[in-house]
Amino acid sequence: MNGDANAANGTPKPVVLTNARIVDPARDLDAQGTVIIADGVIQAAGPEVDAKAAPANAEVIDCAGKVVAPGLIDMRVFVGEPGAEHRETLRSASKAAAVGGVTTLVTMPDTEPVIDEPALVDYVLRRARDTAIVRIHPAAALTKGLEGREMTEIGMLKEAGAVAFTDGRHSIANARVMQRLMTYANEFGALVMHHPQDANLSDGGVMNMGETATRLGLAGIPLEAEIIMLERDIRLVAMTGAAYHAAQISCGASAEIVRAAKANGHRVTAGVSINHLTLNENDIGSYRTFFKMSPPLRLEDDRRAMVEAVREGVIDVIVSSHDPQDVETKRHPFAEAADGAIGLETLLPAALRLVHSEEVPLMTVLRAMTSRPAELLGLDTGTLKPGAPADVIVFDPGTPWVLAKEDIVSRSKNSPFEDARFQGKVLRTLVAGRTVHPYSVRPA
Amino acid sequence: MTIRTNDNAASFPHRHLLGIEGLQPSEILTLLDLADQAVEVSRQVEKKKAVLRGRTQINLFFEASTRTQSSFELAGKRLGADVMNMSVASSSVKKGETLIDTAATLNAMHPDLLVVRHHAAGAVKLLADKVGCSVVNAGDGAHEHPTQALLDALTIRRHKGDIAGLTVAICGDIRHSRVARSNFLLLNALGARVRVVAPPTLLPASVDRLGVEVYTDMRTGLKDADIVMMLRLQRERMSGAFVPSVREYFRYWGLDAEKLGYAKDDALVMHPGPMNRGVEIDPEIADGPRSLIREQVEMGVAVRMAVLEALAAHLPNK
Repeated sequence: MNGDANAANGTPKPVVLTNARIVDPARDLDAQGTVIIADGVIQAAGPEVDAKAAPANAEVIDCAGKVVAPGLIDMRVFVGEPGAEHRETLRSASKAAAVGGVTTLVTMPDTEPVIDEPALVDYVLRRARDTAIVRIHPAAALTKGLEGREMTEIGMLKEAGAVAFTDGRHSIANARVMQRLMTYANEFGALVMHHPQDANLSDGGVMNMGETATRLGLAGIPLEAEIIMLERDIRLVAMTGAAYHAAQISCGASAEIVRAAKANGHRVTAGVSINHLTLNENDIGSYRTFFKMSPPLRLEDDRRAMVEAVREGVIDVIVSSHDPQDVETKRHPFAEAADGAIGLETLLPAALRLVHSEEVPLMTVLRAMTSRPAELLGLDTGTLKPGAPADVIVFDPGTPWVLAKEDIVSRSKNSPFEDARFQGKVLRTLVAGRTVHPYSVRPA
Repeated sequence: MTIRTNDNAASFPHRHLLGIEGLQPSEILTLLDLADQAVEVSRQVEKKKAVLRGRTQINLFFEASTRTQSSFELAGKRLGADVMNMSVASSSVKKGETLIDTAATLNAMHPDLLVVRHHAAGAVKLLADKVGCSVVNAGDGAHEHPTQALLDALTIRRHKGDIAGLTVAICGDIRHSRVARSNFLLLNALGARVRVVAPPTLLPASVDRLGVEVYTDMRTGLKDADIVMMLRLQRERMSGAFVPSVREYFRYWGLDAEKLGYAKDDALVMHPGPMNRGVEIDPEIADGPRSLIREQVEMGVAVRMAVLEALAAHLPNK
């Protein structure tokens, strides 16, 4: 379903979530209370809400103290539709998202064909409406064919429904192209999302440059590949006034650059993948390709610096960077394997590791996956405010479980968390008031 | 060779030889002792042993290497194995078959020993995880080349008696060298002092964390060295990408009599081959009295016999 679709197959039955620990970062609310959902929207949510106010036919769910929060918004999701449906379709991605409590996902334009024309944005939105069980918003390409040369029709793409503009996995090397893109995008109030990595400095590299890469005999990617591009981009933001979002940063130095840019009043925001918050380069071990990603996993010191930047709000959003790859692209020697890891199903459980380790409060972690991305994208979801679309999750932050490969819902199985232990699981996911997870309670 | 199979199994408790990493010093010495015996066997008229009789050894080379491949072939044949050479550089891999598909195909052929050379670091380990036989790493990318390090150690030990306490200077393209990495591990394990000498563009990041002293100047790097080990510089790296030209490289990092003069008077010179005379080494030195380069080739066959024999102790007998 797309952003506008609401209760496609008739109106779902009203739902009342009682005895819930409501965590709604948009309102800084963390309190025991009740949530009333009807007509696909939040009717009321808070400690003062009386369940008796709910419609008489409502399904009443006693949450027994479990957390009720807005559904998660994942700003960086790669899919295989169109062009590589064997890896992931919009439907299969949406099912994985539902299991993980992600109710809105932003798809990257790196498909075949590339999403660089209004008709293709429309195609994705219609396919999502017809097949997906969560909200899907496409991001469109910044440059035609993701080639970094000619700008796309940003105005018409935005009108067609693109929520952001990015060249996905690709970095725009040409500073003049980037400067013009920012200037032009600014005119339409379009968000420029960029993967900052200097292609020359990173050329040939397959993991973080340093002692581990040297020991493994692998070519390294220096931090400077990211830092230099990020600094360039921020200079261009200062020049053009555009709204700029660094899609993913991976090291403490980049977080410092973002912090300084914000202090200088620039419209700069940043994301980080859950992988870079919970893993480091040592996880690669002896050439485990599921840990090969772009940007590469860095040192533990960088991971800690990124976590701290999330805690302070310097890093705005946490993404899964869900990137389905199959055996044909991953079962190779490390240097020859594709980048990328799936992550929709493990985004919240992995993020809860930061909460359990007391590195980041629950409110902050959830903000980075709900109200912050909603603000950046201009969405009305990501909150439990009365009147907001009823995208809601119920999760138990304490449930221990292990991710078994055979339980992975995504069509591709390249999870760096295979056999990992988690604490915290999504019990129920609602999109526009309709239960999409678990399927067993989903109305036919 | 007089060491019985059961003793080998105990003193070399590994099914594969994927690298020097993970080997105990005593296990390295076991292999060197076995190799000393193999040298004797190889110098006899009757060179054939029966340790691998009935066994199939496949040499799987994804990257061409006449020298290493023939060394392994000869080693296998001298131990009685049936040896088959597969050069994969031109076959199915080019058609998009994954390494793991290749492993499945090989498994169906029931080899006992697989000797693998691959251009990607970690590829040999990946194969070893997927096949049922013993695997020997004959070089994986810029990662490891364990039999080269073993043959270097054998050559050194036969000339210097003991490796502990020696100063070994490894010079040249350290960045791209699996030989260098395996030698760091082995020489450190046996108590040598290891130096690297290279232009800074040919040094990998944080190489000082690998137990070596780092030099960029040949004269200081070679000072009082017992062994000078030169590495090959590949052609595509000579003309601007890493060093500006052959003549500049030779002037500052090529081993000539003047630079060798800074090493000890009895210092010996080694090179894993194939050499570029006039690039990393002066022909006068390469072919001179202090060069062990030709002897390294002989030790190569012996070391590979030792490795194959040590692994044979772990092959199933039924």
